[in-house]
Amino acid sequence: MIRYLGLAAILILALIAPFFVYSVTLMTILVFVIFASSFNLLLGYAGLLSFGQAMFFGTAAYITGQILKTTGVSLEIALIGGTLVAAVMGFLVGLVAVRRTGIQFAMITFAIAQFVYFLLLQSEFTGGEDGMQRIPRTEIFGFIDLSDNFSFYYFVLAITVLAVAFFYRVVHSPFGEVLKAIRDNEPRVESLGFKPERYKLVAMTLSAGMAGLAGGLKATVFQFATLTDVSWNVSGEVIFMTLLGGLGTLAGPMVGAGIVIALNDYLAQFAEWALISQGVILLAVILFFRRGVVGELGALVRRLKAGGSK
Amino acid sequence: MFDGITIQLLMGQLLIGLINGSFYAMLSMGLAIIFGLMHVVNFAHGAQYMLGAFIAWLLLNTLGINYWGALFIAPVVVAIFGMVMERLVLKPIHHLDHLYGLLATYAVTLIVEGLIRQQYGSSGLPYASPIPGGVNLGFMFLPWYRLWVVLFSFAMCLGTWYLIEHTKLGSYLRAANENPEIVESFGINVPRMITLTYAFGVGLAGLSGVLAAPIYQVSPSMGSSLMIVIFAVVVIGGMGSIMGAILTGYLLGVVEGLTKVFYPEGANLVIFVIMIFALVLRPQGLFSKKEGA
Amino acid sequence: MSSDVTKAPLLKVENLSAWYAESQALHGMNFEVPEGELVTLIGRNGAGKSTTLRSIMGIVRKRKGSICFKGDELIGKQTFQIARQGIAYCPEERAIFSSLTVRENLGLPPVLSSGGSTDEELLEQFPNLRARQHSMGTRLSGGEQQMLAIARILRTGSRFLLLDEPSEGLAPVVVKEIGQQILRLKERGYTILLVEQNLKFAQMVADRHVVVEHGQVVDVLAADQLQANMARVKTYLGV
Repeated sequence: MIRYLGLAAILILALIAPFFVYSVTLMTILVFVIFASSFNLLLGYAGLLSFGQAMFFGTAAYITGQILKTTGVSLEIALIGGTLVAAVMGFLVGLVAVRRTGIQFAMITFAIAQFVYFLLLQSEFTGGEDGMQRIPRTEIFGFIDLSDNFSFYYFVLAITVLAVAFFYRVVHSPFGEVLKAIRDNEPRVESLGFKPERYKLVAMTLSAGMAGLAGGLKATVFQFATLTDVSWNVSGEVIFMTLLGGLGTLAGPMVGAGIVIALNDYLAQFAEWALISQGVILLAVILFFRRGVVGELGALVRRLKAGGSK
Repeated sequence: MFDGITIQLLMGQLLIGLINGSFYAMLSMGLAIIFGLMHVVNFAHGAQYMLGAFIAWLLLNTLGINYWGALFIAPVVVAIFGMVMERLVLKPIHHLDHLYGLLATYAVTLIVEGLIRQQYGSSGLPYASPIPGGVNLGFMFLPWYRLWVVLFSFAMCLGTWYLIEHTKLGSYLRAANENPEIVESFGINVPRMITLTYAFGVGLAGLSGVLAAPIYQVSPSMGSSLMIVIFAVVVIGGMGSIMGAILTGYLLGVVEGLTKVFYPEGANLVIFVIMIFALVLRPQGLFSKKEGA
Repeated sequence: MSSDVTKAPLLKVENLSAWYAESQALHGMNFEVPEGELVTLIGRNGAGKSTTLRSIMGIVRKRKGSICFKGDELIGKQTFQIARQGIAYCPEERAIFSSLTVRENLGLPPVLSSGGSTDEELLEQFPNLRARQHSMGTRLSGGEQQMLAIARILRTGSRFLLLDEPSEGLAPVVVKEIGQQILRLKERGYTILLVEQNLKFAQMVADRHVVVEHGQVVDVLAADQLQANMARVKTYLGV
């Protein structure tokens, strides 16, 4: 009951938020909610640390942008295009990477992401160092005009709600249970007759697809795509968000994305201090609060409840 | 197809490849030494390399200590930084999943790079070559300093390899790589050994940074851009072997140089393409004796 | 130190509990090892014998109770500090280093106190090893590996040895040889705590048997009492 009330409260807050906060900032948060959740699906539920999640995000941003710039199809088609390309990419990367676990998987995804970075740097359609500018925001379903940020926000919010529902379904499905079992004890899952590699490959594809959706949205929100979107800084940022918010919890990446974007927004005026403080906070999370904000709060609530019942 | 490729171009790129390869070899060797004992992928390796170069620059520009002094002082300072980092950051999380080690060193990278950038800006700072001039070989001009870098780093790699594979001191390290508990049960202070080994690997990165200062510009991002390649080198070579890391480093430097001659557009990509092929064909790494953790 | 009253034990374990992560492996062990004696820990698989050795050595970190060696408390000390007190440990898996030669394996443990054997003495004492000293550690046969594992800890000068199942997986003739080596060590005044499942082997070498079950000591028998209590001991061992 309390859970539903909480959800309703969050939804109402999200609906009225653009009346108080700059809608582009809000949309950025939503984009990163999806993006960080995609990362969390891999690390939090399958135990795979993707250190190259930006390759799906950035590539999809370019692909979505390119579709919009060259075809004039309606917005949702372009988003689906970007998502599909990222998912296929995730599948291919997965073919190479899922056979390794732990640190090796992290390094391989990191290196492949750099490969993609250089590939996009040299591709003509991306605009190289200059990036892809003036991506048009076409009408949705061919007739709903959302060119102003205020109304576009509600579109992004709707997509985000759908995406979160999707993550919820995946994590709580039998597939999600197997993933968690693989994370906790892979040999055992294998001995039960499952093929962990296949599950990881599917997780990789889903995660990449969702990262792609986030990337496509980002391209339509800002109406440009740049190499930054594919860079390892962005891959690192999404790790930061997820760890800060709380690994392996659905709410964690959302909270993390919110805090980090707000923090970036605030610290932008202090130049390098944004990255420095990210480093400091990440280090503190790793050393002292590995459960993240959501996990620590949950533990606190449980402790209070246990104390109260005495 | 090969029209217009002169011997000058070929030899010139080969030399550049060898120089880059020297850095790849030194850095991936340090990474492999650290990984072997601690199972931590030291993401901060690039930042520590950059720190070495910056310290050399600072020594010259504030204290007037020249290159040769820096070649000694900077690695020691970076190694001490490594020691502190190991004790404060890595040791407390040693018992956790080693992914946390990677993430913690990544966090340190953000902090170190950010602080340097905040203080000195992101543009490259020049560092004059301590051995100006060179020799004309007829088909190409060979700067003395580059020759020095190739020879010195080669000697460092060989020396380190010998130290680890063929000395008593190295036998402790090899044994601890296999089974740290048993080595400690012999009465050897393994926790201190871990700290010193990390400091040594990190010091090597600092030394590489000093070597690099006169060749590349000294800039906050010089390390992270190199790190990207080093990761690929280590994935290709496998994490298990010191010699493997060295050979792969040189090999890929040269391959990259040659690619620049024959297919310039592919020079950035070739190492990653090799990596993907290596992953598909020989998943455990070219030189790995065992599957990494 | 007085010699006429009962000698203080070299090692005194009191109420020792130990944990692997969250699961408790020892539940209040109590036993003593008098100086110069050879004591065995016997019991079935998983009873906690190896864990006891690993706890004494500090390899199992999470432990409670008391482990008193020569009057010093070992709990709270790190493994290398415990080794430096004069305890040497030979693990069940032998832990011969595959990337080191036999000679390097032998020379690895540092000399911690006087009274240890030199490499030359060790090769004298374990002649099989001399011929193989330049091959890599893991090229040795199981028996040779066991010899090497015992030989190298004699280098340190420690006079108290923890040996974990030296007879395991070896042919009877080799077991006999190992047994003779261990007896020779006892004659030279070493104190030995031996984990054994092979009752015959234990009988051959030990002064005293400590029977372990479910992480607790359930019986202590002097060597001459073992035969009389064989039926009971065999139920403990599940044979």
